[in-house]
Amino acid sequence: MSANLQLTPDGRLRHLLTLEGLPARILTQILDTAESFIPVGERELKKVPLLRGKAVFNLFFENSTRTRTTFEIAAKRLSADVINLNIATSATNKGETLLDTVANLSAMQADMFVVRHASSGAPHLIARHVAPHISVVNAGDGRCAHPTQGLLDMFTIRHYKGGFHNLRVAIVGDVLHSRVARSQIHALTTLGCPEVRVVAPKTLLPRDVDSMGVHVHHKMETGIKDCDVVIMLRLQNERMQGALLPSAGEYYKYWGLTPDKLKRAKPDAIVMHPGPMNRGVEIDSDVADGKHSVILPQVTFGIAVRMAVMSMVAGSGA
Amino acid sequence: MNIDNPNQLIDRLVAQIAPLMQDDCAFVGIHSGGVWVMEALAERLGRDLPTGTLDISFYRDDFSRIGLHPEVKPSQIPFDVENRHVLLVDDVLYTGRTVRAAMNLLFDYGRPASIRLAVLVDRGGRELPICADFAGARLELAPGQHVALLRDDAGELHLSLNQGAA
Repeated sequence: MSANLQLTPDGRLRHLLTLEGLPARILTQILDTAESFIPVGERELKKVPLLRGKAVFNLFFENSTRTRTTFEIAAKRLSADVINLNIATSATNKGETLLDTVANLSAMQADMFVVRHASSGAPHLIARHVAPHISVVNAGDGRCAHPTQGLLDMFTIRHYKGGFHNLRVAIVGDVLHSRVARSQIHALTTLGCPEVRVVAPKTLLPRDVDSMGVHVHHKMETGIKDCDVVIMLRLQNERMQGALLPSAGEYYKYWGLTPDKLKRAKPDAIVMHPGPMNRGVEIDSDVADGKHSVILPQVTFGIAVRMAVMSMVAGSGA
Repeated sequence: MNIDNPNQLIDRLVAQIAPLMQDDCAFVGIHSGGVWVMEALAERLGRDLPTGTLDISFYRDDFSRIGLHPEVKPSQIPFDVENRHVLLVDDVLYTGRTVRAAMNLLFDYGRPASIRLAVLVDRGGRELPICADFAGARLELAPGQHVALLRDDAGELHLSLNQGAA
């Protein structure tokens, strides 16, 4: 259903809501297009005229500095006009419904909505109700999906490893609450990665983990052994209160990525993290700043990937 | 005019361009056919001048009508455009819209001293005030006719002329 909502009848990307069900052809096209946006970011004049005159509304019903900023930079580098709405502090507090908010912004001649929402499925709901010329890009919804993060992670892996077909990838940490992990798993599987591992304590794994086509590991040492890519997930501090975990210190001891634990991965392994990092909780500073870390390039690539997604959905109505 | 042999047309271009080459020149090809022609020109002219490639997909004037091209290649201009004499190279000159987009893209890298245009085939049918400074062949084709440069697996260039569906 999402796939149909996301693609035009002739198979072009109409909205980006989730990576689940998107064909490898589309994922690869996004990564290839992003590749062509990389040199634009390296120029002195970092702009192309593609979305000149288009109005992109950043609808953030949940706080996020990095994601909102990179979407804003991406839209501006495409020459779009960007309007940032921090909805957490505005109309919905006065009782307006989500669809009324969207209808009002559509009346202001919006061309694209970038949506971050605490409720899973909110971007889908908006996509079903917008006018044919308006595109929706999911910037993270509940525990469901964070497709542009998943895509920038794929871009990063492809950049450093050349492809997916011989890779062993470990996703470590709070998979249960992570929309990022879900998007990564869908993308890796679709792009032909033969071994995706999730490495986490039982309390931080979703119940349906067995149906996701991944190998489950409950020990860090075996979980990242011989891996080409180690993706650390952020431990969301608020989870501590839910009795899912004893303490941050305890978590670091068993699940924090230290230089010593990293030795079990391949010598040329890359370490990724979607940010924001908790140093000394899920990742040691020596790893975060070390030679295996590609965490900052991930951020740079994220801009090119978001430019690719926005230009593809904006052109799909043509 | 016989356009069967692209190599002859490239020879003709080389003869026109060679006397004008200076140290502050650079070659820039437009993807994909223009890059092939540019590489052939640069090789035959034998001058060690900087080269670059442009993909105009992000600068097309029909984006809102046809969307983004599914296969975009990165543009690479590994030299300072500022004050360079740029020889812009494409395979076929038709409406002039590609050249317009390429010039806009080039200016986003800097202000060249000059831009001159070399094309393998000028087929007529311009929709913009753009003309080729150098052309391997100049034809007047009907709108339904289609000329395209192809490169086979061995790297050999071929020109195909189709009457199209009239």
